[in-house]
Amino acid sequence: MTQVSMTVNGKAASGDVEGRTLLSAFLRENLGLTGTHIGCDTSQCGACVVHVDGNAVKACTMLAVEADGASVDTIEGQANADGSLNVIQQAFQDHHGLQCGFCTPGMVMSAAALLKDNPKPTEAEVRHYLEGNLCRCTGYHNIVKAIMAASGQDVGAIAAE
Amino acid sequence: MPKDHGIGAAPKRREDLRFLTGTGNYTDDINLNGQAHVFFLRADVAHAKINGLNSDAAAAMPGVVRIFTGADFEGVGGLPCGWQIHSKDGSPMNEPPHPVIAQGKIRYVGEIVAAVVADTLEQARDAAEAIELDLEELPAVVDMKAALADGSALVHDEVPNNRCYDWGFVEDNAAATDEAIKNAAHVTTLELVNNRLVANPMEPRVAIGDYTRHNDESTLYTTSQNPHVIRLLMGAFVLGIPEHKLRVIAPDVGGGFGTKIFHYAEEAFVTFASKQINRAIKWTSSRSEAFISDAQGRDHVTTIELALDADNNFTAVRTHTLANMGAYLSTFSTSVPTYLHGTLMAGNYTTPNIHVNVQAVFTNTVPVDAYRGAGRPEATFQLERVIDKAARELGVDPIALRRQNFISEFPYATPVALEYDTGDYPATMDKLEEIADIAGFAARRAASEANGKLRGLGVNCYIEACGIAPSNVAGALGARAGLYESATVRVNATGGVVVMTGAHSHGQGHETSFPQVIAEMIGIDEGQVEIVHGDTGRGAMGMGTYGSRSIAVGGAAMVRATEKIINKAKKIAAHLLEASDADIELKDGTFTVAGTDKSVAWGDVCLTAYVPHNYPLEDLEPGLEETAFYDPANFTFPSGAYACEVEVDPDTGAVSVERFSAADDFGNIINPMIVDGQVHGGIGQGIGQALRETTVFDENGQLLSASYMDYAMPRADDVPFYAVDHSCQTPCTHNPLGVKGCGEAGAIGSPPAVVNAVIDALNSGGHKVEHINMPVSPSRVWSAMQG
Repeated sequence: MTQVSMTVNGKAASGDVEGRTLLSAFLRENLGLTGTHIGCDTSQCGACVVHVDGNAVKACTMLAVEADGASVDTIEGQANADGSLNVIQQAFQDHHGLQCGFCTPGMVMSAAALLKDNPKPTEAEVRHYLEGNLCRCTGYHNIVKAIMAASGQDVGAIAAE
Repeated sequence: MPKDHGIGAAPKRREDLRFLTGTGNYTDDINLNGQAHVFFLRADVAHAKINGLNSDAAAAMPGVVRIFTGADFEGVGGLPCGWQIHSKDGSPMNEPPHPVIAQGKIRYVGEIVAAVVADTLEQARDAAEAIELDLEELPAVVDMKAALADGSALVHDEVPNNRCYDWGFVEDNAAATDEAIKNAAHVTTLELVNNRLVANPMEPRVAIGDYTRHNDESTLYTTSQNPHVIRLLMGAFVLGIPEHKLRVIAPDVGGGFGTKIFHYAEEAFVTFASKQINRAIKWTSSRSEAFISDAQGRDHVTTIELALDADNNFTAVRTHTLANMGAYLSTFSTSVPTYLHGTLMAGNYTTPNIHVNVQAVFTNTVPVDAYRGAGRPEATFQLERVIDKAARELGVDPIALRRQNFISEFPYATPVALEYDTGDYPATMDKLEEIADIAGFAARRAASEANGKLRGLGVNCYIEACGIAPSNVAGALGARAGLYESATVRVNATGGVVVMTGAHSHGQGHETSFPQVIAEMIGIDEGQVEIVHGDTGRGAMGMGTYGSRSIAVGGAAMVRATEKIINKAKKIAAHLLEASDADIELKDGTFTVAGTDKSVAWGDVCLTAYVPHNYPLEDLEPGLEETAFYDPANFTFPSGAYACEVEVDPDTGAVSVERFSAADDFGNIINPMIVDGQVHGGIGQGIGQALRETTVFDENGQLLSASYMDYAMPRADDVPFYAVDHSCQTPCTHNPLGVKGCGEAGAIGSPPAVVNAVIDALNSGGHKVEHINMPVSPSRVWSAMQG
């Protein structure tokens, strides 16, 4: 067992892990942060996307020991200080960008990373960026719409509904 | 002006707050004190005799609590099948046992051979590798036609020719159908495959068994669409646990799409084994396990013939289908190719003679069962493909050919046993032509061609049958379950309402939409209504959510219970207002004596029910809680018309979906935002089936498409924005809300639109391609274009 320490959602966190323990498992099992979801075992689905030192990372592709000393942000740390939804979360609710909610944490974290790098993405850019995030419920329509809305773009003209 | 509350409004979903903040409660988020973990050793060959199994070394490894094998389950019941089909000769289907752990023989890759329970999952997994198996491999049965041939290896020794049943429907139509086809002016024939799919809800399955010795109670936490059904099936048929000693909890469930309806071996295992070791046991499926253990969908091979007279009126439809059951009969597997498929073969059309033949076949593959639409997509796909082919052969417009044959008078009794209550198929087609801008297609095709691309337009109709019912008719057809739904409406003393519904929400938003109905009926704020579901300890009974039944059946039960509440509340109000209860009106949360200004508020009546000081105790019990069971008189029949436009790159065969439009008639709508979302999701899955997804077994029964590296899930850049419309509304005539259901329509209506569009593109620019099986992949398109 190895002790790892990191900053998670702005707070110090540490725990004992095996060398093979994934960051996703550390977050869920050691820290009880179960908002980071495990939807596959081949790093395809993106339900476990978190930010490590500001970069979007699939938490199942990283060992917990690799994140030692890093700053990690998860879905649990995304809301505003008063508990209200942040801009991206609010856009997902406003535009019905989630149904079962299982892919949602990864979608929100990927969207945040996208908008940080590209504050006004086109539809094509959003769709391309989400290649690593699978959703089985929404047909992606309202996810793409929510992300574009969160970027401040007018989504009223998007296909009739 | 859209409504801002009640039925027809679109309030934001309340469940989103927990899902968006990482505070949902999915089954894998639950960890119980002292829980052990199970790792299932699964077969890695498709067909073999188990001559020996030695787990001595494994049992001695660190952390191992106990290893279970088939021998531990010899006295335990098998997993039951919920629908008995009879073959056309009257004999019951072949129904071989479906053990929790393989008994002496392995029948598919993924079948559980042993279960290792250990303190940690890693210990269990390590120990499983030390189990020694002595297997005698047998030839694998994979292809359905080969499986039926004399001399084929047998999946089950007692099932000749691997045939589960040979079903004819409606047998009385057979001779007339044959005659009509013989006398037809034109017959179009098409052989096609409805590709096998893996449902792939994003949340893998999880099961936690928790036995408490002091009261002899078992609790199962499971990723289920219908926890009460699991309690009944597992308790009564597998483990022999009475309902009062068995609680099944399905908390937040991350998508289902059918594959979480069924009762699975893992659920029975953790419940059984937890009692054996007196300790909670948790199992979380990996995605790799899901691919070889979740029941899969579709997998039909069909030959369909459509007969037309000299005026292009449809005169007959005759089909022969082979339906793959996989190695064992999953819970509702047998009903999918029969009563959920054959009954839909009239579609939206007045075809007078229809006969459907289905042979269900055992193979050494993962069991197959309902997946979003379940039988209805298979029916729609073959019918709408053959109509398109007929239009091309006859040189007529495919939309005009459909319109010519539309059913136009309701109720309409089909030749395949259904009675459609309402619909307006020309109206949905009119709406489709408008939103899809069919008139503008020629210009868009020209623009594509100018860019070196082929462009195609595909149109189709669909009809769905939701909320299988009534129970007594379904029972006469072989169903072994009731098909009602229940609801208990509990009004608290200060006027808040809690609804215990048997429906289950795993993405459908019931926590938001169901309160809209109650709020409308009573005239209170939706925030005063809470929905409870997914726990057999909190709601008495339920049949769960599948087949687009939640609002049509579960919502109707809730309405009936609320009507009882209102009737009783009116009596209390009448007493308080010293009036006759016949004169009491309820509006906007206030009871009024008709024609007077005498009134009493909802909250005061509720309080009086629980503090019955001024109360007619001699005539009326205190309290305000009512239960209703609603058993529908008929199916509901949503319908619609869909259009897809694709571009095909002639150099690579790549297909891109450029436009997709859906005009649906769902009857009355409770929450249009949620309905839109349901249609979007169904279309996404339908495009996935049409262009990307398929499940491939090699000749040895090894699953080749067993991960997201190999199974092509649709991604955000595979699909466009969709134009959806549900303004055509012909309310259902036999349920109190006039609703029809919307959960599966998108997945039913979209695959034929996509394939019709590709074939249309491949009949432009001098090309001529009749049919391509799904998924219409670039290699298949390119190959077809080469002739």
